[in-house]
Amino acid sequence: MSGSSPEQTGWFSDLDPGDLEAATTAISEGEADRPEHWPTRAVQSGFATDEDDYYEALHEATLVATREAVRSRERADDQQLTHAIRAMDDTERTANELAERLAEWAGSLAERSGSDNGTRSTDALGGIDGARAVTEWTPQSPAEERVVSLARRVVDLDDERAELRSFVESHAPEVAPNLAAMAGPVLAARLLSLAGGLESLAKKPAGTVQVLGAEDALFAHLRGRGSSPKHGVIFTHEYVRGTHPDNRGSAARAFAGKLAIAARIDHYSGEYKQSVHDDLNERIRAIREREVGE
Amino acid sequence: MSLDLPTGVERRRFDGRGRLATRGDPVYGEPQDADGWRAWDAGRSKLGAMLELGMDVGLVGGEGVLYLGAASGTTVSHVADFAGPTYAVEFAPRPTRDLLSVAESRPNLFPLLKDAREPRTYAHVVEADLDCIVQDVATRGQARVALRNRQFLASDGRLLAAIKARSEDVLDDPETVFENTLEALREGYEILETQRLDRFHDDHLAVVAEPRSEMAAER
Repeated sequence: MSGSSPEQTGWFSDLDPGDLEAATTAISEGEADRPEHWPTRAVQSGFATDEDDYYEALHEATLVATREAVRSRERADDQQLTHAIRAMDDTERTANELAERLAEWAGSLAERSGSDNGTRSTDALGGIDGARAVTEWTPQSPAEERVVSLARRVVDLDDERAELRSFVESHAPEVAPNLAAMAGPVLAARLLSLAGGLESLAKKPAGTVQVLGAEDALFAHLRGRGSSPKHGVIFTHEYVRGTHPDNRGSAARAFAGKLAIAARIDHYSGEYKQSVHDDLNERIRAIREREVGE
Repeated sequence: MSLDLPTGVERRRFDGRGRLATRGDPVYGEPQDADGWRAWDAGRSKLGAMLELGMDVGLVGGEGVLYLGAASGTTVSHVADFAGPTYAVEFAPRPTRDLLSVAESRPNLFPLLKDAREPRTYAHVVEADLDCIVQDVATRGQARVALRNRQFLASDGRLLAAIKARSEDVLDDPETVFENTLEALREGYEILETQRLDRFHDDHLAVVAEPRSEMAAER
């Protein structure tokens, strides 16, 4: 209430007392440099008849506004992440597939053409990098025009894959802070996608989390063919892959156990909890210190 | 443990044990007695632990409160039972969903899905000259959060903060973290009392502080 600086406006200014929709917007999107004694101001401006009336309106408006804000933040979240990681995998697979086709086609053209000599090498045509090289070609024939154009699509797809990845990396910690910190954002998103969302991941037992993504091996095992899988997609994590094969089963079990807990914390509380991460680090260290048979 | 509890908070017997309690709708499956009192679990609430340990929190009942880091509303439900207008700020959507149901039956509780590090985004709703800020945020820069929100406090208001060492630095010694945090807090607050909450909450320091009068409202 320092009075000297410009007047601040409260959430209720220019608001029709019965208009909840406008109140929601005002509470969610409004701002002020500093607080004022809003109840008094609201009564002075005629928004409320007295302070009790103001608090009643405030209670109703904050409930509606906050419920709406929660809904829109949650709607945004785990399903969007699931879509993004699937799209990322699709773009990667498609880009590689097209790059293979392109390498074959471009190879047939690189050898016989000599016009922009030197820039066309036959041995660097494979993969996405090969496609990048082909986009530099100056097309000499209708066939080469198609090849260069195809190469551009491949490069675009690969760029999109990179964009999707950074989307996943920035959003996974918001959706599932503990899971993302423990597994890394990409693996966290993969687990969410395989389980069908945060809620269903939170309801899965650790043993299921351990073999998510290894369904083929798991069902082969259940039909009596082959041994039981030790790990599914969690294999991509350093805690599993970086552990000696003799101890990998233990590491995968410990890791999956904590991932299941992390998912439950993320779903039911949503707050970051350090102790679960410390426990896991300690456990993995203990597993790795074990003797391994030569 | 002889201290003046705020009006609306009483020591009642549950299962033969004297426990803090407030009156209101049950929230988290806490024990209730026949007169409508519900036990306040100090193990689940840092403010509850501060009262249990007999810290002089300066609450008498009926005050205006800004609660930062309200989470699912466990503690804030008790605060709203004995306080006046209570503004509850929480940043994560999932716990806020539970906070909403706590607020529904408490007309003096105003839930806000906002970031406590950005008071600008709620200064148009939360009133000035409040009697008390309760802070329990699990973020790095807890002292900064307290300093930025100082503008909501009356000059004789109180800051009741539970500083969580692990949120600042997991590896550092909690004592060092607490010292650094208190040092930063002194920029805008007079520290009145501190106490470790270890009996109820690991690696937490409870702080009671008053805004320093010579400093004009920051930001």
